Amino acid sequence: MKQQGTIRLKTGLAEMLKGGVIMDVTTPEQAKIAEEAGACAVMALERVPADIRAAGGVARMADPTIVKKIMEAVTIPVMAKARIGHFVEARILEALGVDYIDESEVLTPADDKYHIDKRDFTVPFVCGCRNLGEALRRIAEGAAMIRTKGEPGTGNVVEAVRHCRQVMDEIRLLCALPDAEVANFSKECGAPLEVALAVREAGRLPVVNFAAGGIATPADAAMMMHLGCDGVFVGSGIFKSGDPARRAKAIVQAVTNYEDFAMLAEISKDLGEAMVGIEISQIRPEQRMQDRGW
Amino acid sequence: MSEALPPPVVGILALQGAFREHGKVLRSLGVQVVEVRQPRHLEGLGAIVLPGGESTTMGKLLTDWDMMDPLRERILAGMPVYGSCAGLILLCDRIEDSDQPRIGALDAQVRRNGYGRQVDSFEADIDIPVLGPEPFPAVFIRAPVLTGVGEGVTVLARVGEQPVAVRQGSVLASSFHPELTSDARFHRYFLNMCTECGRTRP
Repeated sequence: MKQQGTIRLKTGLAEMLKGGVIMDVTTPEQAKIAEEAGACAVMALERVPADIRAAGGVARMADPTIVKKIMEAVTIPVMAKARIGHFVEARILEALGVDYIDESEVLTPADDKYHIDKRDFTVPFVCGCRNLGEALRRIAEGAAMIRTKGEPGTGNVVEAVRHCRQVMDEIRLLCALPDAEVANFSKECGAPLEVALAVREAGRLPVVNFAAGGIATPADAAMMMHLGCDGVFVGSGIFKSGDPARRAKAIVQAVTNYEDFAMLAEISKDLGEAMVGIEISQIRPEQRMQDRGW
Repeated sequence: MSEALPPPVVGILALQGAFREHGKVLRSLGVQVVEVRQPRHLEGLGAIVLPGGESTTMGKLLTDWDMMDPLRERILAGMPVYGSCAGLILLCDRIEDSDQPRIGALDAQVRRNGYGRQVDSFEADIDIPVLGPEPFPAVFIRAPVLTGVGEGVTVLARVGEQPVAVRQGSVLASSFHPELTSDARFHRYFLNMCTECGRTRP
């Protein structure tokens, strides 16, 4: 009589995270700071994206001990990252009992052609996208939540903005097309037709859509909410800043009150040093994480 | 004798979580809905919904924005309230192993994530006699478990031994999410409760 792992349960948890901030953490102490600041979930990692970028080499799923310790430290949902296509890392994270898996371009891809078949899992997945076709392919594979890719570990919001605008523009276009042109639009952008039809029906993505990749300030977070995102992931932006606890709290408040500019002014005061950012043109093409994924 | 009262303006706490879904269901029932993010948004409300989401996040934001006290005052003064999942936790006066901020208007004890983690989340068709004989599709997501309810609390539905929907006067709570289904009976029950409370109030 009880059903588990249904798409409604998977997308439903993402609905509960809406209007919230999901923070990257690498230790139980950081997880507690995030929870205390009002994060609606944390992402358990071995290194934040800025450090993964600096370290180079192959980035893999975190050590289960770290994930487990973070799960024990907080009562909010805990997410963890698996490499693109690495269904065994994902099965391990599911066995650990994480609440969401991020099939993430921040880690080195394990499959150069296929993403994980996410429909087959009880645990829900979130995936990154740069455009509508990418988002709808991930949804067709079973992703229950979508986020922009942005350019992780840069503290530079420009790529997240570009990806968010791209998805929103394509949704508006898809919804305005005459019926006769939908199949071709779908083919052109590499989106499965039935998911494209679901977008036309709903007038939006059929799952929750968060911003990610380069958000470093309350103003960045509020801007992404204005552009139509349902919530925000902050990776390196918090624990690579001068005063993580304070910045974390400010970003949470900014996401809830993104339309109140006087309040945003108050929230943005005296936050200490933001993380040092990277200009996108300074990143060599082969080091751009957003180009990982198919 | 039945006199037609205008339906109340229903506020939905919109700090975080599934506030959009509650709004959608209530609007489909012809109710005027207001999203509540700041203390001034509480003015003029006839009732309020506390949605699902993260109870710790909502509790902290309520405290930070000085909304906890005015909200509690209104609810204790008899403004009808419905809390689902995280909303139920906020309403309970006893939360196991936690000193997180709460409203405390419901004489009940709750265990957060009482069914386990997300992989233990489940859907089930349950009997809710006050909604009629048709089973109700209940969606439990990292749901809390009520581990004790006071004498003045009526249990409207159970899963196994555990209460999953309860009412105490003008306070209604469920550990599941009717806003994620297309069945509007639970919200309709809440609106009827609002009308009833309006009639019986002096």
